[in-house]
Amino acid sequence: MKVVLQNLTKQFPGRGKKAEGVTAVSRFNFEIPDGKLVALLGPSGCGKSTTLNLISGLLEPTDGRIFFGEDDVTDLPPENRGVGLVFQNYALYPHLTVRQNIIFPLQNRKGADKLSRQEMNRRADEAAALVQIEGLMDRRPKELSGGQQQRVAIARALVKMPRVLLLDEPLSNLDARLRLQTREEIRRIQKQTGITTIFVTHDQEEAMSISDLIVVMKNGVVQQTGQPQEVYDHPVNEFVARFLGTPPINMFRGRVEQGRLYIGRDAVLKLAGVADQEVMVGIRPEGFLLREDGPLRCRLSRVEVMGRDISVVSSHEGAESAAIRSIIDAENRVDHQAETVRFALRPGKVHLFSRETEQALPFQLC
Amino acid sequence: MDKQNKKAWLYLLPAIVFLGAFMVYPLIDVFVYSFEEGFNSASQTYFGVGWYNYAYVLRDPYFLQAVKNTFLLVIITVPLSTGIALLFSVALSSIKPLRNLFQTVYFLPYVTNTLAVGLVFMILFKRTAYTDGLVNLMLSWFGAGPVDFIDGPYWAKMFVLCFYTIWVVLPFKILILTSALASVNQDYYNAARVDGTSRTRIFFRITLPMISPMIFYLVITGFIGAFKAYSDAVALFGTDLNAAEMNTIVGYIYDMLYGNSGGYPSYASAAAILLFAIVLTITCINLLVSRRHVHY
Repeated sequence: MKVVLQNLTKQFPGRGKKAEGVTAVSRFNFEIPDGKLVALLGPSGCGKSTTLNLISGLLEPTDGRIFFGEDDVTDLPPENRGVGLVFQNYALYPHLTVRQNIIFPLQNRKGADKLSRQEMNRRADEAAALVQIEGLMDRRPKELSGGQQQRVAIARALVKMPRVLLLDEPLSNLDARLRLQTREEIRRIQKQTGITTIFVTHDQEEAMSISDLIVVMKNGVVQQTGQPQEVYDHPVNEFVARFLGTPPINMFRGRVEQGRLYIGRDAVLKLAGVADQEVMVGIRPEGFLLREDGPLRCRLSRVEVMGRDISVVSSHEGAESAAIRSIIDAENRVDHQAETVRFALRPGKVHLFSRETEQALPFQLC
Repeated sequence: MDKQNKKAWLYLLPAIVFLGAFMVYPLIDVFVYSFEEGFNSASQTYFGVGWYNYAYVLRDPYFLQAVKNTFLLVIITVPLSTGIALLFSVALSSIKPLRNLFQTVYFLPYVTNTLAVGLVFMILFKRTAYTDGLVNLMLSWFGAGPVDFIDGPYWAKMFVLCFYTIWVVLPFKILILTSALASVNQDYYNAARVDGTSRTRIFFRITLPMISPMIFYLVITGFIGAFKAYSDAVALFGTDLNAAEMNTIVGYIYDMLYGNSGGYPSYASAAAILLFAIVLTITCINLLVSRRHVHY
């Protein structure tokens, strides 16, 4: 099911007479193709959960339309939209067993849609098999681990065969190891069912690793949408560049002067297409190459060996933060005692941003 | 280890002394009294030991009347007051404007003195030479004849007592239930809404089980409170409850100790032990039933 958001806006009224309202989501336009896994990504308070609630129907938009396929569902109550919603805290009914929890949505059906008990049980078993919790059907939620509860919640959302599956921070209540496992699991379930799935997260790694498309939001405004790699490689502004990637991108104060990019006194790149101006330079950790004659001269702080690669921590007068973290191949040998370390840069990993607008400045190499 | 133990006992001593002197000892004493036949409180002597006190109390028509009254009161007021309180709480939770005002209004009876409330009820229900009372006035609008609620037929008096009891216990129950309702996580309701659950089903399948521990608490304390009812009856019908046929078990015990016919601590003790046995049994039944229906 294709999901289309048109001009979606949500304003919350302020409390008290003089208080101003808060615009949680502002003019959200996006089309989610059928059968894709989409992540709404952003720091807390950016409006991603509000967007999810608007799609589910729990909140009414102030303005804009929502379409599922060709149907305009904007004015439909949540129960008629055919959405499955998984809550951050799972919201499993604690007094019901796993089976009763999964069957609950089916028991709500009335009239012609009513299912026989066998049919309900069959569907519950099917959903349970999909998320691999067949052995837990007679337990209570509190007898389950966090990961198992998560699966039950997904099974409950899937059992009614929703047109769209919505997940609110699905991994935030799990520990690190389980998080890795569960996100693969969500990917698998989504692939297997082919249901258009939208999930909310503040963890960029989570979003990048499993989604087909990501939507980066800030203060209710969509910053950038696209395939994860695309967004990572071509951030449209400083916020997106900073938000994506671990370790985070290294930011430098630099300037463009007669076709050269300077960081401090080091002329690091020759480029064209950018007028002379002060700029912010973002360099991904993997954008550094260790070279004896490299143009970027940094003071070496320490070297962290991580096996597969080496993390070099250094400092530079032009850098925004005290430490620059660069990740280089483990085949390189770094002299731990050296005072300075010199880098060449991979041009594709270098991003320029305007000081005023914070927007990306496209450039060509020469 | 041994030293630690001694210290622990030392810290517990004050509580043990007071509990022992004012709780455990009187309890045992009541039990002993109830088996001492012909006990004379002035001379502290008795004839013998046996079941006579129990036999006397169980054959005493006043006691049987008191048991009947108490049981009626319990059976009528506990379910009704809990149900009505639940109704009010749900209504209070679902309105937004003026909620605080209503919550205050509903809580007012709780801070009002029992005897003052009794006086108000007297004015509402009592017939005097000059007026039939407010309730009778309202009854007359519907063409119903005047009923003497205070000195009239048994059912009328029982009605007033039950009405009064429910009215008095309501505020506390509403308070407990509104806070219980407020503590149910909104996500459960949202989840149910997305799944298209009807309002009745949400109430019976989600809300009720979620607040069942609080309802259970109210039922248990309600049962115990109603079994111990006494001051309510006094407030409405005066101190001579036997004459009014409105005595309760606790009233009977009080009468046996201090009333006109007073001076019979043995009978009072036997009645008290019987009341204890009744309350214990009912509470045990409650606990057994709750095991299936209360979800913690």
